[in-house]
Amino acid sequence: MLPMMNLRLAAPELLVDISSVPALRTSEERADGLLIGSATTHAMIEDGLIPSVTQGYLEYVAAGIAYRSIRNKGTIGGSLAHADPAADWPSALMALEAKAIVQNASGEQRYSLTDFHTGLMSTVLDDGGILVGIEVPRLSSRAKWVYLKFCQKQGEFSHSTAAIVADPALKLWQVVLGSAADRPVCLKGTAQALAAGLTVTDLETDAFKSILLADLGTVLQGHEDPYEFHLHQTMVQRALKRMLTS
Amino acid sequence: MTRIVAKINGVSIEKDVEDRTSLADFLREQLFLTGTHLGCEHGVCGACSVLLDGAPVRSCVTLAASIDGQDIQTIEGFEEDHEMAVIRECFSEAHGLQCGYCTPGMLITVRDIIRRNRCMNDEQIRAELAGNLCRCTGYMGIVQATKMAYARLRPSEKAA
Repeated sequence: MLPMMNLRLAAPELLVDISSVPALRTSEERADGLLIGSATTHAMIEDGLIPSVTQGYLEYVAAGIAYRSIRNKGTIGGSLAHADPAADWPSALMALEAKAIVQNASGEQRYSLTDFHTGLMSTVLDDGGILVGIEVPRLSSRAKWVYLKFCQKQGEFSHSTAAIVADPALKLWQVVLGSAADRPVCLKGTAQALAAGLTVTDLETDAFKSILLADLGTVLQGHEDPYEFHLHQTMVQRALKRMLTS
Repeated sequence: MTRIVAKINGVSIEKDVEDRTSLADFLREQLFLTGTHLGCEHGVCGACSVLLDGAPVRSCVTLAASIDGQDIQTIEGFEEDHEMAVIRECFSEAHGLQCGYCTPGMLITVRDIIRRNRCMNDEQIRAELAGNLCRCTGYMGIVQATKMAYARLRPSEKAA
């Protein structure tokens, strides 16, 4: 929030500091997953101060966000609510099929992140709503994940992000591309191919390439330059290759 | 205006601050602790790093009004700190500073990464210091000083 204010991109009339509300900093472990309080900092996740239910995925993502002095203050809920398409949590949590828990005067609502993020730096949150927590599923020991960012400098906002989570036990297959459109997007055809048993040799076939190109075409809608298109394509291919060879 | 009660370098203070004042401006202009430097003022350069309840944060993107009840340590607050004394010594020996503008933030960050054992090799040190920019580009000396300080402070750890 403060960088946005310092850059005069935001000029709020009223600010309420909710970062130290104990209920928002608490996590609750359940049989099928974890409810993470929205004011949980990236550093708390990096340091394993919340229960580990995602086979190291959240810890890995958290440790790669910006710099430690940013991670000590920045929160998972703040990142989701800010909704920068190049930020880490929007893409990473979408690939995990996490749910955003929003509370307002009329009660509590759960949103998938595809519904929660409504556009560039925009969410369903209105004046009366607070993002109180994020629900993530418990990944099985058969789960695999890859999270790849393209940054020219360590810690900067990514130019392209590929987040893949595959867990046969949960029937979870998600391939998410961040930093490409106004919000992170699921590459549905590619994820279906992964669910159907994609192998590393398939990655080189025309059949698979046409699926990926069709997905990217839908996401990017011709607004990108050839360099960007190639960058996003390469990042998804690299991430899939890493997943299928691990 | 908001009244805050906080501890700055071990001393309790009670002050009125304007809501819009950043912690960095508050430290420099109201408490005259000018060792905290301002570079970019949007959380990128790391010059303004201070410890908040023991953890490094950017004081340029922290509101002074938000530190009520908390404990702040600025570069002026390490006179009695053995680790910081060793780190300062190493920065001097290894030419870890040129103009000195980024140095307060560098020292605070280096102390934190040594305490968290994130100094195992050059690559890790460089990754951990990526959030602190030195516009003199004196990184070789800074990385060298960090390695030297880590070896002196944590002799049992095997740094490469």
